[in-house]
Amino acid sequence: MTTAVPTQLGEADTLGGGGRKLAVRCRNVVKNYGTGTSVVRALRGIDLDVYEGELLMLVGPSGCGKTTLISVIAGVLDRDQGECTVFGQDFSAMNSRQRTRFRGQTIGFVFQSFNLIPTLTIAENVSVPLLLNGVNRHAALKKAKEMLDVVGLGQRVQDTPNRLSGGQQQRVAIARALVHDPRLIVCDEPTSALDHETGHKIVELLKGVAMSGNRSLVVVTHDNRIFDFADRIAHMDDGQVDKIVGSAKELYGPNMQSAQSGGGHS
Amino acid sequence: MYFLALKMLFNDKAKFFGIVMGVTLASLVITQQGSIFVGLMARTFGVITDMNYPDIWVMDRKVQFIDDTKPLTDTKLFEVRGVPGVASAVPLYKGMIRARMDNGLFQNCNLYGLDDSTLIGGPGEMIEGNLADLRMADSVIVDVEGATDKLARAGKKPGDPKIPLKIGDTLELNDHRAVVVGISRGSRTFQSQPNIFTTYSRAVTFAPKERKLLSFVLVKAEPGENLETLRARITERTGLAAYTADQFKLLTVNYFLKYTGIPINFGIAVSLGFIIGTLITGFMFYSFTIDNLKYLGTLKAMGTSDTTLMMMILLQALSVGCIGFGIGAGAATVFGISMGGTQLAFWITWQILVLSGGAVVIICMLAAMLSVRKVVALEPAVVFKG
Repeated sequence: MTTAVPTQLGEADTLGGGGRKLAVRCRNVVKNYGTGTSVVRALRGIDLDVYEGELLMLVGPSGCGKTTLISVIAGVLDRDQGECTVFGQDFSAMNSRQRTRFRGQTIGFVFQSFNLIPTLTIAENVSVPLLLNGVNRHAALKKAKEMLDVVGLGQRVQDTPNRLSGGQQQRVAIARALVHDPRLIVCDEPTSALDHETGHKIVELLKGVAMSGNRSLVVVTHDNRIFDFADRIAHMDDGQVDKIVGSAKELYGPNMQSAQSGGGHS
Repeated sequence: MYFLALKMLFNDKAKFFGIVMGVTLASLVITQQGSIFVGLMARTFGVITDMNYPDIWVMDRKVQFIDDTKPLTDTKLFEVRGVPGVASAVPLYKGMIRARMDNGLFQNCNLYGLDDSTLIGGPGEMIEGNLADLRMADSVIVDVEGATDKLARAGKKPGDPKIPLKIGDTLELNDHRAVVVGISRGSRTFQSQPNIFTTYSRAVTFAPKERKLLSFVLVKAEPGENLETLRARITERTGLAAYTADQFKLLTVNYFLKYTGIPINFGIAVSLGFIIGTLITGFMFYSFTIDNLKYLGTLKAMGTSDTTLMMMILLQALSVGCIGFGIGAGAATVFGISMGGTQLAFWITWQILVLSGGAVVIICMLAAMLSVRKVVALEPAVVFKG
């Protein structure tokens, strides 16, 4: 059962505690899978704010609910209880069509395994969000090529994804996430399929390009080697955000070196 | 998005060719078997087609098809001639006769007796000789299939090829001498017996003795006469059945459809083509969708509506449908053309193409429905599960 909230919040509701504008506001978000005795409590009352122009990383062990939380934030999964708004808009107050349109206009996606359509050229892949927003094919391809230039793949526009390395494919995915100028980018494990150096470059690119337009980024990651790029890190455990810190050092304290050398959480 | 949907399909070459193959197979089998069926059915009224003279065929009311003759008395001809609106009416004898071969064997033949004065109702095409030569004593015209095969003379030695009948050869028809004065060609009929043409008066002397020998009366209507009205008038005045050529063809076809197993046999072949085509296409198309489910889920998450995804799938299905139908129907047509002049009965009509196209559309819709169900039920959140 979802909590009824107004679709359009007032300005006061979209401002965080420090007067910064809120991109995402989650209060007491609950999500369960299954029913009865087999119920899995994926989110147990999440409270989380993401500010405009902020890169927030969601970290935590596998199965702690990170992916479920970004799915709820991105509007691809319905929450059971609580309140979650994206730029003041509540997905649960929208019908399916409005929700789909809002997602297409407002949110960019970067996936763990890139999810580029292998039978299309990378330019066509990047043009998809524009086509979904009603841009004609010619203009969409032109804009996609410009975006691919930005991520350093301007010479490969006619290649299909399977001719690119993992890092290059993730760059294409970033271009696709940004091409329609969304205000929120959600990234699910963007570096997990990449080696350390490539992963580092990808997050660097993501932060450099995506943050330039005062966008907000929510990055789910296990990769503690990229924590330094975060403005804030929200640590989740057992379906709850148990800690929100400003840096990896704050998260791990004196054990940070060993945590970093030991790879991700599991 | 629809352009990209087509690119997704066309660039997955293995699946694309697999799906097209399924549709092609269905289209080919349905078109080819349907055309053979229509060709066979058309043979049932080949005689009616060849006799393009009459506007109306008059016959006994109990006649069910062209070969089912119920003889009339000769006076019926004069009754028909007396009906207002009839410009001319000529008799036609149609019956079976036994030809005695020079080796002593007998061959059943179809004997046609044409109006002595006009020779109306003659064969479709004369290959040798002249129709007017039927006015010569004891003369007959034999069709080329009969002349070269069943009525041909045996070779001089065993194993030698048969010697075709030629002009001047004689036949023995029911103990009567007949001289071949021409070789003709007509539409193939449903019967395999040779066709022999002669005059009406000679035919009734050749034919086994019966009280009534007139098979049909062929009527030409006066100019401007409404054929339906004339038909009704002939029936009213003479008590006989009267049909236009098309109605008589339909009567004949309906008889064969009703009383032979031909429609069932061809129906099974066509159904098999449809079922196999549906299974192959459905499986391959579903497999194509499943392979792309991750990407369709991605599109869904990125803001593609269910309606757009459904339209994309339908477009893909209809595209392979059009291509497969084109190849299948084209291949069936080429097959039909290449078999022209052989014994194969093949007649492709627009109705068959519409039927085949309709079947392909249904196949594509069924295949698309399977995929659409999967895509509509797909949770976009699945894309975050790696």
